[in-house]
Amino acid sequence: MAHDTHVHVRSQAEFEYVKKKRAEEMRGHLATFAIMIFLTLIAFTMVAAGFSVYLIVPIILLLAGIQVVLQLYYFMHMSGKGHGMIAFFMFSGMFVAFITVLTFVTIIWW
Amino acid sequence: MDINQKYTPQSWPDHPETATLEGKNKFVGFWLLLAAETVTFASLFATYLALKDKGPSGMEFSAAGLFELPLVFAMTMILLTSSLTSVYAMHHMKNYNFKAMQAWLAITVLLGLTFLGLEIYEFNHYVHIGFGYTNSAFSSAFFTLVGTHGAHVLFGLSWFIALMLRNAKRGLNMYNAPKFYLASLYWHFIDVVWVFIFTVVYLMGVIG
Repeated sequence: MAHDTHVHVRSQAEFEYVKKKRAEEMRGHLATFAIMIFLTLIAFTMVAAGFSVYLIVPIILLLAGIQVVLQLYYFMHMSGKGHGMIAFFMFSGMFVAFITVLTFVTIIWW
Repeated sequence: MDINQKYTPQSWPDHPETATLEGKNKFVGFWLLLAAETVTFASLFATYLALKDKGPSGMEFSAAGLFELPLVFAMTMILLTSSLTSVYAMHHMKNYNFKAMQAWLAITVLLGLTFLGLEIYEFNHYVHIGFGYTNSAFSSAFFTLVGTHGAHVLFGLSWFIALMLRNAKRGLNMYNAPKFYLASLYWHFIDVVWVFIFTVVYLMGVIG
């Protein structure tokens, strides 16, 4: 078949190397998770502490944005190779999402 | 290549999810779905923001008086942790460790079920105090947005459970590796949506 996958058996050294790289990647994911928990704690603490609305809203939206970028690029591997088309899909979706929300919060009133 | 070809950790490819043409096609198609889902949720968020605290005059429920942060905080932590456990599952999938992957997926499913249970408790509580779906434009928009997310959680859980049961005896191969990978992508996407729900609906709701 045209789309045959070549089965490549790694040498022991190659195998150890890949395994080590994966373990490193997993440690990176754990660090990402710690950052996400930290950002969430900041967001909830700010609201509980009762700061000014004009201070809280931009900051918690920014924190949410950072958390989503971490999810997409690290947990969902969008930073990996071969994700160019995927980035195009997602950014197009986000662009439409942004326009939709902007429209509904600015031109609709009751 | 036979789709049921047996592998060893040494011969298992670096990216089993995109090692076959079928896997590649699923991968691209699934991300296209996620981009479309982004737009779906954007329309629900936009509707919610436009209708927040809106309804018939004399309506007694508003976001500031309704939402309780401790429950939302617990739900957020549970869903965020389940995102990490599915990362662990995919880590073991790439290491060709089927049992460890199944175990982490089982933990993910348990956390997801806990999240869903808390959401059902929350909705039940709202309906009980009179804040039902038809109470106001606000209540309809709220239940539609958060309920659609909850339906996605339910679907994601069913997907994980179906994959785990169906492949329990088969082990990992090129046939099911893309399936597990995509289910975990879906689970991360559910967490992405929840990040905006807890920020935009609950946190921004509580501060008025």
